[in-house]
Amino acid sequence: MATTFAFAESRDGALRKVAFEAVTAARQAADASGGGEVHALLIGAPGIAGRAEELGRYGADVVTTVEHPQLERYNPEVFAATAEARLRAGGYRAVFFAASAQGRDLAPRVAARVGVSLASDVTDFEVRDDAVLARHPAYTGKVIVTLRLTGTPALLSLRPGAVTAAEQPRSARVERAEPALDPASARVTVTETSQESGAKLDLGEAPVIVSGGRGLRAAENFKLVEELAAAFGNAAVGATRAVTDDGWRPSTDQIGQTGRLVSPDLYVALGISGAIQHLAGMRTAKTIVAINKDKDAPIFKIADYGIVGDLFEIVPRLTEEIRKAKGGQ
Amino acid sequence: MKIAVCLKRVPEMELRFSIAADRKSLEQAGLKYEMGDFDGYALEVGLQLVDKAGSGEVVALCLGPDGVQETLRKALAMGAARAVQLKADEVPFDGSAVAAALAAELKDGGYDLILFGRMATDTASGTVGPMTAHLLDLPCVTAISHLDVADGRGTARRDLEGATETVQFSLPAVLTIDEGIARARLATLKGIMAAKKKPLDVRPAQLGKVSLTVESMALPPERSGGRIIGEGPEAVPELVRLLRTEAKVL
Repeated sequence: MATTFAFAESRDGALRKVAFEAVTAARQAADASGGGEVHALLIGAPGIAGRAEELGRYGADVVTTVEHPQLERYNPEVFAATAEARLRAGGYRAVFFAASAQGRDLAPRVAARVGVSLASDVTDFEVRDDAVLARHPAYTGKVIVTLRLTGTPALLSLRPGAVTAAEQPRSARVERAEPALDPASARVTVTETSQESGAKLDLGEAPVIVSGGRGLRAAENFKLVEELAAAFGNAAVGATRAVTDDGWRPSTDQIGQTGRLVSPDLYVALGISGAIQHLAGMRTAKTIVAINKDKDAPIFKIADYGIVGDLFEIVPRLTEEIRKAKGGQ
Repeated sequence: MKIAVCLKRVPEMELRFSIAADRKSLEQAGLKYEMGDFDGYALEVGLQLVDKAGSGEVVALCLGPDGVQETLRKALAMGAARAVQLKADEVPFDGSAVAAALAAELKDGGYDLILFGRMATDTASGTVGPMTAHLLDLPCVTAISHLDVADGRGTARRDLEGATETVQFSLPAVLTIDEGIARARLATLKGIMAAKKKPLDVRPAQLGKVSLTVESMALPPERSGGRIIGEGPEAVPELVRLLRTEAKVL
C-alpha cells in the first residue's frame, strides 16, 4: 500500500483542471498499489483553502493548504521549498505535478531539492514494486520513451489532458501549513501576471481545440477558426508556428514542439499541412479532424477524419452544422 | 559580463528515426546531429548580452562524446570565446545526473549568468537547467521569452497558458531560454576560421547518480487515421455524424 502525492495548481484563487488530473493520477497510483492515501498540496493567497474539498472530489484524502498574502502569484522558490518539506515528511511512493507552464518550472526544482530524478511530460505511467515506469513522448513526439524511475519518491509531471480527471469523492481532511520559506526572502519574484486572451478557454484545458495554419492565408481569416470554436462552445483556438511567427496570432497560441503540447478530446486542424514540429504538439489528441486542400498533406496521415477541399467553403458549413448539433442537445 | 551557455548536441529532428536492436536506443546509422534549437537561442542571448555590456565573454559547454566538439566549434564560430567539453561516452537521460556534472564544472567559474535552452529537443524534459541552479544555489528563471538585464538585476517574461508573467531576479542566475526571444545568428566564414584557433578544453564529466533510465523506446503507434471521408462541403454532414456516433465528441 503506497501513499502518493499531488501538487494542485491554481491561478487567481481557482484550481486548474490539471490539479484534478494530478490528483486523479495520484489516486490511480495509490489504488494500483493496494489503496494508500492521496495527499495533495495547495498553495495560494488566503482563501485558497476553501478549494480543498474540490480536490477531495477527485480522490484526495488529505489536503495540505498553505496560505500567505504574498503567495497570490506563483513563487517558484517558496512553492518548491514548501513542496520539498511535504515530500520529506511524507514517505511518498509517487508524486505528480502537471507539465503545465508552472509545473514544468516547479517540478524540476522540487526534484533537485529532494535529490531525486524527474520524469517530465508523462502521458502514461505504471507503479511497480521496484520502480515507476513513465511513458514520455520525446524527439518531437517521434519516439515514445518508457522511463524507469528507481528513486523514492518517483517524481512525474503529467502532460495536460493525458490523464482524464475522474471523480472519486472522499471527504478530504484539510491540514494547514506554513510556507517553508519566507516569501520576502525569495530571490525570484513574479511581479505581474497579465491575461492575454481574456476569458477564453485555455488550450491545455479545452476539450476541443480548433487550430489554423497558413492555409487560412491571412490573419483576418482566423475569424473562421474562432467561429467554429464558438460553435463548439467548449473549444479553444490554436495555431501553427508559421502563423504565430507571422504575427497572425499571439505566440502563446502556438501548438507544436516549441509551443504548447496538447491532448484534447478533439483537434480540428484547418489549413494545416502537418509539419513535424506541429504534429509533435497535437498527435496525442484523442480524435483528429483535418480540412485541407492538398490531399497529400501529412496531416491526413494522422487524421481520423479528413475532408479535402477549400476550407473557405467547408468551414462555414461545418460551423453551421456544429451549431445545429450543439443546439439540438 | 561573464556568461556560460550549456548546449546539447541532438539528432536532427526532420530525419526518420528507427529503434535499435536493444529496443532502448535509436538506430545510429543515418542520424545527423546539430545544436538543439533552444540552445541556439540561449547562445544568441548570451552573445547579445556580452555585446551590449561591451566586455566579458561567452563560454560554451557541452557534455558528451567527442562528437560534441562539432557543436562546440559551431558555438565558437558564432562568437563564444572558448569552449569546454565534459567528456562522457553517452549523455544520460537522467537530467539530475547531467546537472551534477555541469554544476561541478560551473561552480567556481564566476559566471554572471548561466544559460540553457528551455529543453533539449531530444529528451524534451527541461530539467537540467533548474536542477543545475539548485546545485549551485543560484536563482533560476525558466522558459524566458523576453529578457532585460541591467545593474545586477534581471526582468524576464514567461509565457503561461493564455497569460504571461513578469519575473524579477538577481544576478548571478541560471536562466532557460524559450523560443521567440532571438534568432540564432549564422556563423560567418570569418567566425568559422577564428573558431579553429579558440580554446576547446576537454575534461571528464563528473556525472551524478542515475535513478532515471530508459526502459524501452518505441515509435508511436501509427494513428488509425489516414481516413479521408470526402471532398468539399458535401462531406460535412458525414463528418458531423461520425463525430457524434463514432468519436462521441459531440
